[in-house]
Amino acid sequence: MGFERQPDFGTPEVVAPHDVTLSIDGRPVTVPAGTSVMRAAAVAGGAIPRLCATDSLNAFGSCRLCLVEVEGMRGTPASCTTPVAEGMVVHTQTPRLQKLRRGVMELYISDHPLDCLTCGANNDCELQDMAAAVGLRDVRYGYQGANHLDGASDSSNPYFDFDPAKCIVCARCVRACDEVQGTLALTVTGRGFQSVVSAGQADDDFLSSECVSCGACVQACPTASLQEKSVRAIGKPERSVITTCAYCGVGCTFRAEMRGEQLVRMVPWKDGKANRGHSCVKGRFAWGYAHHQDRVTTPMIRESIDQPWRPVSWDEALGFTAARLRAIRATHGPRALGGITSSRCTNEETFLVQKLVRAGFGSNNVDTCARVCHSPTGYGLKTTFGTSAGTQDFDSVMAADVIMVIGANPTDAHPVFASRLKRRLRQGARLIVIDPRRIDLVRSPRVEAAHHLALRPGTNVAVLTAMAHVVVTEGLGDAAFVSARCDADSHEDWARFVADTRHSPEALEAVTGVPAATVRAAARLYATGGNAAIYYGLGVTEHSQGSSTVMAIANLAMATGNIGRPGVGVNPLRGQNNVQGSCDMGSFPHELSGYRHVADAATRALFERDWGVSLDPEPGLRIPNMLDAALDGSFRAIYIQGEDILQSDPDSRHVAAGLAAMELVIVHDLFLNETATYAHVFLPGSTFLEKDGTFTNAERRIQRVRKVMTPASGMADWEVTQALANALGLGWRYTHPGEIMDEIARLTPSFAGVSYARLEQAGSLQWPVNDAAPEGSPIMHVEGFVRGRGQFVVTDYVPTDEKTGPRFPLLLTTGRILSQYNVGAQTRRTANTVWHQEDVLEIHPADAENRGVRSGDWVRLASRKGETTLRALVTDRVAPGVVYTTFHHPETQANVVTTDYSDWATNCPEYKVTAVQVTPSNGPSDWQRQQAALAERSRRVLAVDAAG
Amino acid sequence: MLEDKDRIFTNLYGYQGWDIDSAMKRGDWDGTRELLARGPDAIIQEIKDSGLRGRGGAGFPTGMKWSFMPKESKDGRPSYLVINADESEPGTCKDREIIRHDPQKLVEGALIAGFAMRAKAAYIYIRGEFVREAERLNAAVAQAYAKGFLGKNACGSGYDFDVYVHRGAGAYICGEETALIESLEGKKGQPRLKPPFPAGAGLYGCPTTVNNVESIAVTPTILRRGASWFSSFGRPNNAGTKLFCISGHVNKPCTVEESMSISFRELIEKHCGGIRGGWDNLLAVIPGGSSVPALRAEQIIDAPMDFDGLRELRSGLGTAAVIVMDKSTDIVKAIARLSYFYKHESCGQCTPCREGTGWMWRMMERMVKGDAELEDIDMLQQVTTQVEGHTICALGDAAAWPIQGLIRNFRPVLEERIASAKAAKRIAAE
Repeated sequence: MGFERQPDFGTPEVVAPHDVTLSIDGRPVTVPAGTSVMRAAAVAGGAIPRLCATDSLNAFGSCRLCLVEVEGMRGTPASCTTPVAEGMVVHTQTPRLQKLRRGVMELYISDHPLDCLTCGANNDCELQDMAAAVGLRDVRYGYQGANHLDGASDSSNPYFDFDPAKCIVCARCVRACDEVQGTLALTVTGRGFQSVVSAGQADDDFLSSECVSCGACVQACPTASLQEKSVRAIGKPERSVITTCAYCGVGCTFRAEMRGEQLVRMVPWKDGKANRGHSCVKGRFAWGYAHHQDRVTTPMIRESIDQPWRPVSWDEALGFTAARLRAIRATHGPRALGGITSSRCTNEETFLVQKLVRAGFGSNNVDTCARVCHSPTGYGLKTTFGTSAGTQDFDSVMAADVIMVIGANPTDAHPVFASRLKRRLRQGARLIVIDPRRIDLVRSPRVEAAHHLALRPGTNVAVLTAMAHVVVTEGLGDAAFVSARCDADSHEDWARFVADTRHSPEALEAVTGVPAATVRAAARLYATGGNAAIYYGLGVTEHSQGSSTVMAIANLAMATGNIGRPGVGVNPLRGQNNVQGSCDMGSFPHELSGYRHVADAATRALFERDWGVSLDPEPGLRIPNMLDAALDGSFRAIYIQGEDILQSDPDSRHVAAGLAAMELVIVHDLFLNETATYAHVFLPGSTFLEKDGTFTNAERRIQRVRKVMTPASGMADWEVTQALANALGLGWRYTHPGEIMDEIARLTPSFAGVSYARLEQAGSLQWPVNDAAPEGSPIMHVEGFVRGRGQFVVTDYVPTDEKTGPRFPLLLTTGRILSQYNVGAQTRRTANTVWHQEDVLEIHPADAENRGVRSGDWVRLASRKGETTLRALVTDRVAPGVVYTTFHHPETQANVVTTDYSDWATNCPEYKVTAVQVTPSNGPSDWQRQQAALAERSRRVLAVDAAG
Repeated sequence: MLEDKDRIFTNLYGYQGWDIDSAMKRGDWDGTRELLARGPDAIIQEIKDSGLRGRGGAGFPTGMKWSFMPKESKDGRPSYLVINADESEPGTCKDREIIRHDPQKLVEGALIAGFAMRAKAAYIYIRGEFVREAERLNAAVAQAYAKGFLGKNACGSGYDFDVYVHRGAGAYICGEETALIESLEGKKGQPRLKPPFPAGAGLYGCPTTVNNVESIAVTPTILRRGASWFSSFGRPNNAGTKLFCISGHVNKPCTVEESMSISFRELIEKHCGGIRGGWDNLLAVIPGGSSVPALRAEQIIDAPMDFDGLRELRSGLGTAAVIVMDKSTDIVKAIARLSYFYKHESCGQCTPCREGTGWMWRMMERMVKGDAELEDIDMLQQVTTQVEGHTICALGDAAAWPIQGLIRNFRPVLEERIASAKAAKRIAAE
């Protein structure tokens, strides 16, 4: 694709039951009723001049350039605010209009710097375009009048500048912040000629304001007033490629705008079905890691981890690795080998890694980071509904009347979806938040939760069962849905169970800490408030009862009939760009692609025939089991693609010990991460910008990732895995990831209809895509549940073994922050660090007071497992007795304190509940110091010799 | 001349008490319950028959405006009456007098009008600078509540009705009905795009009618004395009595209730003690508040002071704020000052007004000194037509009209000013 702006129809698309035909400049045009005259004209191909209108924002009518004449109407109505009518006759180009538009342009230009040749927006500026369109030739008013040309530029944001001199006060930025992002950080201050765009309060600049740097304002700006610094530095892009963001599970589609091999900017693509033209600070701006100096682009090996790294050729690295793998397999058998697939990599790459482990290593010892995040979702939803995935597409939220957010913080972790959700809330949907913290959704500008259930960490099941108790005992369920769609026996058992008075909100109040009246009100609202949708995150899954919680959620949705249509459903907010995909691709030790058990002989036979090998019928080891097995000597080699288990997995000491015990640790990554401290082979990875493939987002949407630049190491990740397989003698011959997708489609019923050709044509597809659903499946379980009849599961509340006591009186829960992403390998290597330089511990004022802790103080955070130090932030966002931190920074080592308790069904670690004590401290703990020293020693790299 | 027996505002000058007991002695709240018992449709019909046109400036028939309100709520949304007491048009001081001295007329009118349009409540948006007036209005509302005239079962009618007083923060634009609604909702006062019109989606998205204080305050009396009594004053289509606010170069400036269509001469002679220095000394009159075009003395002296009569002169009755200027006035400077006002009060939302009012003012400042070319007069005229009718609200028009009036009616003054400035420059150069 060459570089052209995406078509802009001026006002948003209207969906209406019937069409209207009108005449615009003599041409008949048919559009849905309610469409603006401006959009109708744009649809017909004749754009009406405009500056304050853009199709992502509601009409504003302020620039007065789009005036038209309508026969039978007085005056010159603004086409952006005038709806079409049957038989309307519109003239958009008349001498009178020409004169009016020129007059408005004269006013604009008399107050605008005429530095077009040196302006960052030269040739990419709507003001320039409009001046040309209306035929502006001179400005009768001259340039000597009052103006805004000496306004000081605001460069405080690391990614974009605000130059008020170039501002035409169209308020597109303000409206983008209000309508698209929903942060309401911008405003026009002053009035009349003194009107100026301003971020936050009077003394604020963009950085100090509530601005979340999503960039919607930059995208909306028609001039260079708000512009990416990268455009100023590099110049106007010359080509663009549509691709998919590699941060969270929302899966935003972007146009990567390029100049040669250089990325100039990322612009969210309006036709992207997951993001609808919006983005967050990470996706739009935080791509600088791709060129960061820390990136390793040469393979490296070493005999043991106390040696410095030795950069080598690909051949030598692969030969060394293959030889060691063969030797270990020969001595200890195939089950001593395993691999971890990456939720950051493409479906094709993930598929190849599990294929390498199963077909090449000969074991089922493959696992993925979903183990530590959404494995309970897979288990819980498969048991109740029959599919290991969310039920809705993101668009569905716009049809919800009640939205229940459980254990998720969308405005930080899934910001683009959160913006849609907030838009729906502003339209009047009501919100229930179940979270120990007062997250932003509980109360922020123009958003307020109807109910906030600030439960004690670890009591999700109790709260949800209490809600179910209210639904059942007050008769609020949807009996017709249950009898038509669900398993009657299981429903009866479940209803009897939850109706027991020991599950009443009153009985459980002491356990959960949530007032019974609040639970009752929330349950009534959820059951009777119209379309009710549940969105949940890791606050549900990362518990010893994670799977039970997921099933309790599913029970509630089924009992109230909130499944199988737009506006309802059970929706996990998946953390990583391709965590859904990595699970789909057979990354779990017990499942082949499409969630089919390895013990199933027919499925195995299908793969064995295609791959020409025999497969192990026994499920392999999960990540924690691999680490345990490493310590007892039965597990000896691991290939880790794109995951930093030392930082992300719980109980860091245990992880470190397991890794140290292995004979061969192969790390395939962009950076020498924490895990690489214990690695023997480092294979350089490629960024999402450097390869072709597909990601599958949280709504099961399969989207293309397209290569925009050459891999820095010479090979994309799928090519590296293939080279390693071939070094082991497997003889793979993929020449393009599309061929891998063909193999996936051939072997996986839910992907049967997927191919790169279909994806090109449809843009994206939501699995299942097969003969039953050739166009994919935006919403699941529409006709009936995938498993047949919906299964209710009794969910008894079992308190976690991790208990507070005199030594560890506080509960630690962990989470994420907007500007950083997970272990921060990428975002820490971008300017996003201005917002979050280190992890801090949130502590309630009462707990802080008792300990003599003030904001900014160093505190020691200790659990039964370990201790670390970090700075405190005193805030009532957390309840008394609860502390909270993030795990974005390796220096903090937050996971040193988390325990190895885990979900009973899936081993998903209990990150969200750790009993801790907080005490004042002078600085980093011994473990932190040791680990920092070790990491530094381990990252030594020998100078590359001339022979290379 | 209007006889005392036909005056609606019998305490306009505060010679009697403003309190509710005094007001009741003057006839307010007399038989209100029976008035309401006539039913909403009958009330609206009576107001329509009376020929009452909106007193806020635009002169839209009040009864018809009320009839646009939904007769029943189909979706559960309530309806609201909003009363515009943000009297800010320079020269206008009639609503202020009503609120100061005869507030129960307004409060009773609010109930009757609100009932007629099936509103749940009335919000009175009072200009921020009216500090004492707001206190008095609040007291008046409280007194009406205390008597049981407002609130649950207002006046024993079985109808529940509340009245709230909301103070503005001092912006002219908030007198524009949709900006007023925005401000009332707690937002920055900027006009809304229409459609939707307030009768469909106004305050808090609910059907709303915005009426001027005077329009509401006269309705109880119209109902008591009958539509035909009210319409017996003034020329056809210009019915009723009206508060005129006469300021400037008259001997006794005043606010006075008079019959519509009274001639300018009679209005000034009867109530203002004539023009300062005699009729020959009259230069110009702005007959309806600062936004309407100024007229030359000979145009206005015998003109009827009503909507149609002044429109024929290409000016307007507006708020009936009559600004009289004698020959000591620098008419160019006077209009330039108005241009400054509109520039200062432009909300900045739409471009022609935001940028255009500034240009017009700066051009006017040059015109004051004659520091311009003759062609600049036409250019100034062009800018005003560029702005007029092409903005979201009428502030653009209000900024353009005074200048258009100046150019239309006093062009020789502008030309002479430019010529003499050029001459002075030439002399200075020599």
